[in-house]
Amino acid sequence: MHELGITENIIEIALKHAQGEKISRITLAIGQLSAILPDSIQFCFDAYRLGTPLENTVLEIIEIPGLARCRHCGTEFVIAEPFGICECGSMDLTLIHGQELQIKELELEELCV
Amino acid sequence: MCVTCGCSEGAEVTLNYLGTKEEPAEHRHVLADGTVITHTHNHAEIHQHNDIAESGDKSVTTTVLSSPLNFPILGDFDNSVPPKVGELGGRKNTHLGDFDNSVPPKVGGRKHILEQNLLAKNDQLAAQNRAWFQEQEILGLNLVSSPGSGKTTLLTRTIRDLQAQIPISVIEGDQATSNDAQRIRETGCNVVQINTGTGCHLEAAMIQKGLNELSPSPRSMVMIENVGNLVCPALFDLGEQAKVVILSVTEGEDKPIKYPHMFRASQVMILTKIDLLPYVEFDRDRCVEYALKVNPNLKIFQVSATTGEGLDDWYGWLKNTMRSLFKI
Repeated sequence: MHELGITENIIEIALKHAQGEKISRITLAIGQLSAILPDSIQFCFDAYRLGTPLENTVLEIIEIPGLARCRHCGTEFVIAEPFGICECGSMDLTLIHGQELQIKELELEELCV
Repeated sequence: MCVTCGCSEGAEVTLNYLGTKEEPAEHRHVLADGTVITHTHNHAEIHQHNDIAESGDKSVTTTVLSSPLNFPILGDFDNSVPPKVGELGGRKNTHLGDFDNSVPPKVGGRKHILEQNLLAKNDQLAAQNRAWFQEQEILGLNLVSSPGSGKTTLLTRTIRDLQAQIPISVIEGDQATSNDAQRIRETGCNVVQINTGTGCHLEAAMIQKGLNELSPSPRSMVMIENVGNLVCPALFDLGEQAKVVILSVTEGEDKPIKYPHMFRASQVMILTKIDLLPYVEFDRDRCVEYALKVNPNLKIFQVSATTGEGLDDWYGWLKNTMRSLFKI
């Protein structure tokens, strides 16, 4: 399962930045053209966090739909694969969104009132 | 570890320099405890290094048969120190009041904006490799394909035909064995073998180590033969000037749309084994159509490394690219 490696990378980065503080939420941005399945990431995360400092951490995954811009006519349109064809007939596209593979933010628990 | 498939966790990456030099070479390395060892050996003697910088969670073992040292430009391999949160997100993380995000923070927590690409570390090392190639006026190419597409055969033929005009060195990536590196070395070419263990692709850090062992001469070409795999290598920038995807006519003509990430990430596609076209069911026109559908800017060559058909176009592209990049 290839998402396990990604999940471990996410956890490594999160723990490094938290520097020992409790993480209440990790927010990811996963592009729908990135060939990564969010459900599998969630599954791996749930399996991995048991018995770790992330046991009560919520994993939030924001899926970013694929968006392309035609290099020929400038039209922007949604795509489900990392290639496609514009209504003008051009297949020369810039992928604006959909390839993200990011930790967007961490939320740390408040230490005091 | 591969963030795409998690394949190399705990695996040992080994690097095996086969070199070209015959004379014994003085040789120095630093052990983990800081001890510096200098000794002389010729390249028939294999010995193990366990001292090379660690890459993430992997311990890297280097096997050297002859070793130029002192990689001239690149810095420390270890970039494991994460950038500070404030640098990444452009905001401080110490006080709740510092945040002016349009999305309000959730009650009860302090938000740390990271916006960190999971491949950021590799991309940073790749940028160093790219800068070094540019400074040395070296054309670095990343050859990617399925296993068995004929990468090594094409490479040995290319080396034999061009090495009198352009010095070529090779970084060979495979999960195991030095078989490909031996084949390359028979051409007289300078070569280093990287075995990724269970890893499914090369990473920029491995290329830095490979270049360190290889010491390619300025104004030359470095061919990096990636592990046979059309998925993960698409995600890992090595610092090359171009990815060259190789597809043989004994595979399916729909590979470009089955593995669009790889064909999209490449600048060049070489269709190999075209001498076998009369014997296989392979629709060449449709294959080209698919490839251009995924990547309209793909430069496509159709060659046979056995008969030599089409190779002049490929060689012409290599020479023109050297010329246009470095005014050579």
